[in-house]
Amino acid sequence: MQADVLIPLWQDLVREAASRGERIRIHGGGSKAPWWAAAQHSGADTAEHTLDATLLSGINHFEPTELVITARAGTPLTEIEAALAEHHQFLPFEPPHFARASGGQATLGGMVASAMSGPARISAGGVRDYVLGASLLSGRGEVLRFGGEVMKNVAGFDVSRLLCGSLGSLGVILDVSLKILPVAPAETSLRFAMTQDEAIARCNAWAAQPLPLNASAWLPDRSGSSGKGVLTVRLRGARAAVQAAGAKLGGERMADTDAATFWTALREQTLPWFTPTWPGDSQAALWRLSLPTTAPALDLSGTQLVEWFGGLRWLISAAPASIILEAARQAGGHATRFRGGDARAPVFEPTQATLLRIQRQIKTAFDPHGVFPTLF
Amino acid sequence: MNAPLQPDLAARAARQAEVVAALGAVVPPHILLWQPEEVTPYECDGLSAYRRKPLVVVLPETEAQVAAVLKACHRLNVPVVARGAGTGLSGGALPNEDGVLLALARFNRIKRVDPVARTATVECGVRNLAISEAAAPHGLFYAPDPSSQIACTIGGNIAENSGGVHCLKYGLTVHNVLQVRGYTVEGEPLTVGGLACDCPGPDLLAAVIGSEGMLMVVTEVTVKLLPKPVLARCIMASFDDLRKAGDAVAAIIAAGIIPAGLEMMDQPMTVAAESFVHAGYDLDARAILLCESDGTPEEVEEEIGRMTEVLSLCGATALKCSESEAERLRFWSGRKNAFPATGRISPDYYCMDGTIPRKRVADMLEAIQGMEGKYGLRCVNVFHAGDGNLHPLILFDANQPGELHRAEAFGAEILETSVAMGGTVTGEHGVGYEKINAMCVQFSPEEREQFFAFRRAFDPGETLNPGKQIPTHARCAEYGKMHVRGGLLPFPDLPRF
Ligand SMILES: Cc1cc2nc3c(=O)[nH]c(=O)nc-3n(C[C@H](O)[C@H](O)[C@H](O)COP(=O)(O)OP(=O)(O)OC[C@H]3O[C@@H](n4cnc5c(N)ncnc54)[C@H](O)[C@@H]3O)c2cc1C
Ligand SMILES: Cc1cc2nc3c(=O)[nH]c(=O)nc-3n(C[C@H](O)[C@H](O)[C@H](O)COP(=O)(O)OP(=O)(O)OC[C@H]3O[C@@H](n4cnc5c(N)ncnc54)[C@H](O)[C@@H]3O)c2cc1C
Repeated sequence: MQADVLIPLWQDLVREAASRGERIRIHGGGSKAPWWAAAQHSGADTAEHTLDATLLSGINHFEPTELVITARAGTPLTEIEAALAEHHQFLPFEPPHFARASGGQATLGGMVASAMSGPARISAGGVRDYVLGASLLSGRGEVLRFGGEVMKNVAGFDVSRLLCGSLGSLGVILDVSLKILPVAPAETSLRFAMTQDEAIARCNAWAAQPLPLNASAWLPDRSGSSGKGVLTVRLRGARAAVQAAGAKLGGERMADTDAATFWTALREQTLPWFTPTWPGDSQAALWRLSLPTTAPALDLSGTQLVEWFGGLRWLISAAPASIILEAARQAGGHATRFRGGDARAPVFEPTQATLLRIQRQIKTAFDPHGVFPTLF
Repeated sequence: MNAPLQPDLAARAARQAEVVAALGAVVPPHILLWQPEEVTPYECDGLSAYRRKPLVVVLPETEAQVAAVLKACHRLNVPVVARGAGTGLSGGALPNEDGVLLALARFNRIKRVDPVARTATVECGVRNLAISEAAAPHGLFYAPDPSSQIACTIGGNIAENSGGVHCLKYGLTVHNVLQVRGYTVEGEPLTVGGLACDCPGPDLLAAVIGSEGMLMVVTEVTVKLLPKPVLARCIMASFDDLRKAGDAVAAIIAAGIIPAGLEMMDQPMTVAAESFVHAGYDLDARAILLCESDGTPEEVEEEIGRMTEVLSLCGATALKCSESEAERLRFWSGRKNAFPATGRISPDYYCMDGTIPRKRVADMLEAIQGMEGKYGLRCVNVFHAGDGNLHPLILFDANQPGELHRAEAFGAEILETSVAMGGTVTGEHGVGYEKINAMCVQFSPEEREQFFAFRRAFDPGETLNPGKQIPTHARCAEYGKMHVRGGLLPFPDLPRF
């Protein structure tokens, strides 16, 4: 449907819902299944209306020499990635699609709203680092634009980046402008046998040197209990730099096709490591722990996979939520129950009181009638 | 004339006594200044065209004092403006006449450099360059490098989301900060961001960065440090045509290269800089590009080769590549000294700061040439060309009647043209007090009201740095009237995105 027809319809929907005290849930491509729990927790699943964000789709503006793309929020990520690939460009933060698990299509709006980034996040930055501008349909039914299409812009508060991680709670994202980058000339993946502690130490030491290190993943050996495992690192950058770094680091070089398959499967969580709780083990949950890269290996029951030089730990564990949340806090970060486990337990950890108050006031500032789901 | 002022002066003196007494009850007297001669150094920032004496200046030494001052001011409903080094160029730290100026320069301790985690935790008053100096022994550096980096503070950088020559490759402040700690307007401690890569919920850290001191007072910042590149080399390329130089900028990016810096100077700027620093610039060139590569020696060689090829294809009339660190620094010396060099050729200059899409660089330069005729003033140009961030310097003489006013109108038209070309009214210096009218051109009334609503989520009484960054409806109505009358508002119908 044409945007100039659809958006006024949505504005009417929002204004009517606001006046009647009804709620709207924003339905993107349906790919980020893990977040259902978050939405249910907030009661948004009982919303009176569904707004299908995929109706608003298409690339508005793509200028390869400007390294900027602007597209409507319902545009499938696959469409955006294909358009960029034609010009040898890409989204450096490698957003996960999670299409297999959900059978849905990840959309641009869902990508920004959930702010999830893939393996390269630790070196290339996250979704928020590439958002330049966005339009929003607020809870007042107003269409607002923030940021823009240029790299440097400090006019007004940075609302477009604020939307990253908002999970549809501040309004409907209508379109987004992203900074993009050229595909690097060279790439190589190396493998090393080592324990989790060794992998974390090694990655941090390498990251302090001028090496074209782009991503890392440590997986435990199949038995899981031995503490042994394999670290895979990806080098990405200028040809000469990747070659020199490869020679310096050693390890076992992966075949390029195997490496590509591995990193995609890691990003999409289709590696066998992720399967025990998907689709149905009710006991164990998949937890996502975002920690300082230098936090030592966590002493928790279950199995762990470590990304981002130690900054991201995936944990499959049946341990009580309180223990996992506390362990993450002790390590200087936070944990999110990503899927599975006790559906009634909180998904996010509680926030400091002042921050929580401000977060709620921000929600009210954008959505004074509570039309969209409340997450905090 | 004097009669109506007397009651105001008396009321101000009474208010001052009240505020000094309230503050004196919670902080030691030596950190409070309120005599006219004491507060004069704080009456403006780097934009000296606007000056106001604050009611009281406070120079806190501890976080407890910051909290106590904020609490007292909150109780008395006194506006508070934070100040770092005062190098801001948009009047962001301009005091309120009836308010407190919180000067945070004494918060200058580097608390921790963690070479393994590649982070530094520093107090807000630490100078930008001091962070890289502290990190240097570990082979690390802090990437955002505003030209003012020897003086400006990290707190000011957070407030302005500052950038510099390196931000094309390494990003702005927002890309290089992990956590910000400080106090709300009520004096409550607040931490945004964290030591991990992300936090649940909307990205408040990004929203606090660039918020021009209107959401919180920052006292401590944890920044990311990056490994120092082994080598940097710079190409200096001459062009006999502005359009060819502008196209070369786009061509380098289109070739898939992200230089460590990509800067442009037009001929008048080059001439001014050359007579100041004697960098060996090509004075016949209509424009000069400085194009830098950094990394390992292998990487730099590969990239310099590719950049040389693109620049030649784009019609560069001369190309020189630095053969030593001394030579590289010499190439940069003129660019880095562009502002003082301009100070030598004109009694006054007015520095603008818009951003446009890269491919419009030549269009903008041509538009500026037209405006020189229209306003009867000269303009020299220096650009962060790789980002499309312009710094036209409008030359004028404040002692000549009407020149300041013409310079302001000239600057306003440049900003309006930036918006019309798909850009923005400020790339790095912030809106502050100076560009608040230009915000009326870029944002609709609903968008401006949303900004106010967002700000009230942090500061319901709007007493933290009030009157900056976001214009009120009344102000925009006034500005609109003025501009419609003057016929100066160009392209009012073009989309702003
Ligand atoms: C309350 C609720 C209940 C759900 N229940 C079911 C269910 O029973 N069965 C089922 O198959 N799926 C369910 N979903 C899944 C839903 O389809 C996805 O969460 C999401 O909407 C799919 O979008 P996506 O794949 O594009 O990316 P994402 O998975 O789209 O979405 C991630 C988050 O972004 C938000 N979002 C997406 N697009 C926008 C936008 N344009 N502007 C603002 N926010 C946006 C979504 O609301 C969601 O919070 C539910 C979702 C919600 C919010
Ligand atoms: C010669 C020169 C060159 C420059 N080059 C550049 C450049 O290349 N790039 C660039 O981005 N800028 C540049 N600037 C502008 C200026 O240096 C930056 O904006 C800088 O970040 C300001 O820092 P400051 O400490 O001087 O802040 P101030 O000028 O003191 O304050 C600036 C703003 O920050 C707020 N603030 C300061 N400290 C705090 C705090 N702790 N908590 C909350 N708010 C606070 C103030 O209220 C004010 O709104 C230049 C300025 C000069 C004079």
